[in-house]
Amino acid sequence: MQNKILELKSAFAAALAEASGAAALENLRVEYLGKKGHIASLMSELRFAEDKKAAGQLINDFKTEVTEAIERAVEELRAAAIAEKVRSAKKYNPTLKMHEELGSYHPITLATREVEDIFISMGFTIENYDEIVDDYKCFEALNIPKHHPARDMQDTYYLDNGQLLKTHTSAAQNYIMKKYGAPLRAIFPGRCFRNESTDACHENTFFQMEGMMIDENISISNLIYFMKTMLSEVFQRDVKVRLRPGFFPFVEPGFELDINCEICGGEGCPSCKNSGWLELCPCGMIHPNVLREGGIDTEKYSGFAFGLGLTRLAMMKYGVKDIRDFNSGSLKALSQFKSI
Amino acid sequence: MFLSMNWIGDFVDLSGLDKKSLIKNFTLSTAEVEDIIEKGSDLSGVVVAKILSVENHPDSKKLHLLKVDKGDEIVDVVCGAPNVREGMKVALATVGGQIGEITIAPRKLAGYTSYGMCCSEAELGISDDNSGLWEITDDIALGTDIKEAYDIEDIIFEVDNKSLTNRPDLWSHYGMAREFSTLTGRELRKPDLLDVEQFASLPAVSVDVRSELCYRYSAIKVENVTRKVSPVNMRIRLYYCGSRAINFLADLTNYVMMELGQPMHAFDNAKVDKIEVQTFDKPFKFATLDGVERNIDENMLMITSGDIPVAIAGVMGGDASKIEEDTTSLLLESATFDGVSVRKTTTRLGLRTDSSQRYEKMLDPELCRVATERVLKIISECDEGARVISSYTDKYVKHYPTITLNFDKKYVDRYTGIEISNETIVKTLTALGFGVTLSGDDFTVVVPSWRSTKDVTIKADIIEEITRIYGYDNFEIFTSVSPLIPVRKEILKSEEDRMKDILVKSYRLHEVHSYIWSDKAKNDELGIETPDNVRIINAQTPDHAVLRRSMIPTLLAFAKENKSYSDSFGIFEIGHTVEGLRESGECNEQNKLGVVLYSKSEGEEALFMRARDIARELCCDILHTEPEFISADCEYGFQHPVNSFAITVGGEKIGYIGVPHPTVLENIDKKCAVAFVEIKTESFAKASVARAKYHEPSKFPTIEIDVTFTADVGAIVFGELVKSAKAAGGEMLREVMVKDIYTAEDGSSSITLRFSFASAERTLTKQELTPATDAIIAALASSSLALKA
Repeated sequence: MQNKILELKSAFAAALAEASGAAALENLRVEYLGKKGHIASLMSELRFAEDKKAAGQLINDFKTEVTEAIERAVEELRAAAIAEKVRSAKKYNPTLKMHEELGSYHPITLATREVEDIFISMGFTIENYDEIVDDYKCFEALNIPKHHPARDMQDTYYLDNGQLLKTHTSAAQNYIMKKYGAPLRAIFPGRCFRNESTDACHENTFFQMEGMMIDENISISNLIYFMKTMLSEVFQRDVKVRLRPGFFPFVEPGFELDINCEICGGEGCPSCKNSGWLELCPCGMIHPNVLREGGIDTEKYSGFAFGLGLTRLAMMKYGVKDIRDFNSGSLKALSQFKSI
Repeated sequence: MFLSMNWIGDFVDLSGLDKKSLIKNFTLSTAEVEDIIEKGSDLSGVVVAKILSVENHPDSKKLHLLKVDKGDEIVDVVCGAPNVREGMKVALATVGGQIGEITIAPRKLAGYTSYGMCCSEAELGISDDNSGLWEITDDIALGTDIKEAYDIEDIIFEVDNKSLTNRPDLWSHYGMAREFSTLTGRELRKPDLLDVEQFASLPAVSVDVRSELCYRYSAIKVENVTRKVSPVNMRIRLYYCGSRAINFLADLTNYVMMELGQPMHAFDNAKVDKIEVQTFDKPFKFATLDGVERNIDENMLMITSGDIPVAIAGVMGGDASKIEEDTTSLLLESATFDGVSVRKTTTRLGLRTDSSQRYEKMLDPELCRVATERVLKIISECDEGARVISSYTDKYVKHYPTITLNFDKKYVDRYTGIEISNETIVKTLTALGFGVTLSGDDFTVVVPSWRSTKDVTIKADIIEEITRIYGYDNFEIFTSVSPLIPVRKEILKSEEDRMKDILVKSYRLHEVHSYIWSDKAKNDELGIETPDNVRIINAQTPDHAVLRRSMIPTLLAFAKENKSYSDSFGIFEIGHTVEGLRESGECNEQNKLGVVLYSKSEGEEALFMRARDIARELCCDILHTEPEFISADCEYGFQHPVNSFAITVGGEKIGYIGVPHPTVLENIDKKCAVAFVEIKTESFAKASVARAKYHEPSKFPTIEIDVTFTADVGAIVFGELVKSAKAAGGEMLREVMVKDIYTAEDGSSSITLRFSFASAERTLTKQELTPATDAIIAALASSSLALKA
């Protein structure tokens, strides 16, 4: 028995060394471990053995040895196959750029969304408003008297039905006040129209964003705080703001708001006309007459309003030199604004 | 407007203060200073000198050889000025001196050395007169530095006129001085005047105010004014402030206007002896003193003398009555006219003057007398022989009411958000000329006349006065204390944003912006008729006068203009259009989305189907509803008569899809395909917020049965088909889809539909679905779908 096992052992070792490929190994496994294999026939011969216990132990040891050897060989074979896959794999080249056209947003959309997000984070409603309004909304409700120069034909597009194209987003103030009442926090981006000749710096069609905050005890101090916070978010830096008196009939007091020039750091440069400051947005405390027209109790409530030139902001943010590019429809210009 | 710090210094002593930082503070508290110009700083070593002798240069006709006494020395000077004369007193730039960029050094001129340069006014920068040497006529010791003799050194600052529109009082040096006085706490000095009371016994001027547009008209006559040239310092100030010295009488009214803000007019008394202020019934022509013939209409206020027009009130005097070189007697007007009327007149005439600009701002009528008294004072100082020959005749027909405002400290605190003491408030307002009474914390404030014409009328206006002088830079800043309120979103705005995301991200379109008006020239080029609509009455070109009804024409033009950009692209715009008028007479403004797809590599049908997919995705995503596409008549001429489809949702038309009319397409490009979609975005704002409703997915497999029909595929309305299939197929029919479409060579077509059945309770078998399938086939037969053999 023992001799027979030894013979089989050496025969197995030789066969294993010879076996190449998964099929040969499987044949070897069946030859030794299969139901009719060598191990099974050894087991059937066990009853003839003298020392059954010792012989049984030998057969079992041999079976374990064969099993493990085959498993090892199969495993090696698999590893070799994987290694071969890795070795022979095709190397890709991600640096090769294929032209794949992406869509794009209008730069005004991008600038607007950026500013809107800031306002939403501070609890402001975003409103929408018409482009065609009447004299009342655009002027009278804003305390702009009948003969004010702002109403002149050279500034305003008048329509043959008596209405006009809104010259500023402030034209929505009355509507928003009446819609929500006080307290109120709202912004309204929109397209505005001025009857003027166009050049690199002037467009007859442009975007503004109006903002209003009305509540009890809203003060000039609040306005400065708010404008500074908001503009620091918009420009992603700690901006310095400066308020100067500015005259707009719908605010009292009214201000021109300057921010410190980033290009020269306030030293003075051509961009800021050597003043160190950039005039950015008019603002002020809402005139009591305007609040009253909007149905708001001026004894109880006060508020501030501001107008941000969105088109101008987009020009500053993206480095657009010619304002006319915005309405040109030229995809060479506009398709650059892909991200959001 | 240009302002002189020297002139302001006449009324407030600013000595010892840094003028430039004062001007900066002025920007922060009053109005924006656009520019600061230093005058005379580039001038040195120029002295008063006397020409002792003049000899002709032997080789030059133009040059002269001079001996010039400069006080401490007699020097040789070579001079080319035509008006050079022996005994003349001139400004001599001496050796080592500086004129602008030039340093004076001994210099050889045609063989002779010149030790200095005799200067013209232009060379010294005190006027634009370069015709010859400036002759100094004042009695000044030779050798005196010219900058000591005259106010050549000055700081001029320019203020943006627009920032002064609401401040008539600031259109003068005196008004500006009041601001500086308040800002520095230094006293404001009154101008030197000649009291007109003393002439009360003289005969009055005949003045008749016949129009309400004149608030006050005052006049006085002066004779024997013989001085021709204004004093040097007066001329320098006028020049520095952007005006031009003409002659003494003309300069005088200009000077006082710049000083006090009151426009004045001097008539030649020989030609104008009495005054009426009136409007005329009929238009006529009138020559103004600039020699231009102007069309006067019945709205324009005129000054007349014996009913003959002599001036356009507040704008400009007439040519016939103007001051001439030999004029010695004058009738001096100091008046207040209605600001709006003056502005309308200037607009209609296209003639804006320094005078009209000031009247437009609503001048204080109280200024009339002060200005007259100031003119008389200057005349008396400059021309000893001049005599007043009438009383000060004053028709003051309309007074502005005195404005008194009451408020308390709490109001100021609430509005400012900071603590400004009662003492500061009183001090500030008093310095600005307000009458202030404080009782406890209650203020009573009387607005001064020069701020009462329109500028300060309510208590919020007082806040501005207090805070601007306090300085916004000095404000402590605090956040507001407001209740937390959930942010409400305007639904159309959010839906438009969602549309943009879908179009850019899913369909890779480019967003563009255009104009609210149709571009007729571009439409013509494309063969698109511009439909009539509401018009802009003052459009810059007639091509841009009609408002757009549709977004598509501009987008088609953009598509054409971008042909070189890429073989295939899509563009869209979300914007406003107008579809005529509503019953109320207002514009029927509509928010619309327009999409145009363009391709040179894809076929028209493929583009059209993509346009369809876009419309469908927008409806499904935003309205949560499948749209239907219904063959419809064209709304516009640019649509293709065959392939135009209305997009409807729940029976309501929300837009259309289609391809361009072949004519339009050919005008865009002969070898391209174009498709478009236009949707009223307002339809999306009506979307009820569809909450997702959960259906337990069936645990049992879905059975799909494909059935092929012969049919005219082009005529199928798929939505209808699905409806009848579902009605016939029972609740286990979950979905109907187009599996395949086949068109045979003979033109007949067939369609394969896939019906998906599922049950929530059990596994279905094909056999048990046979009745349902048969029912569906029967139902579809009525929609002209025949089971294919």
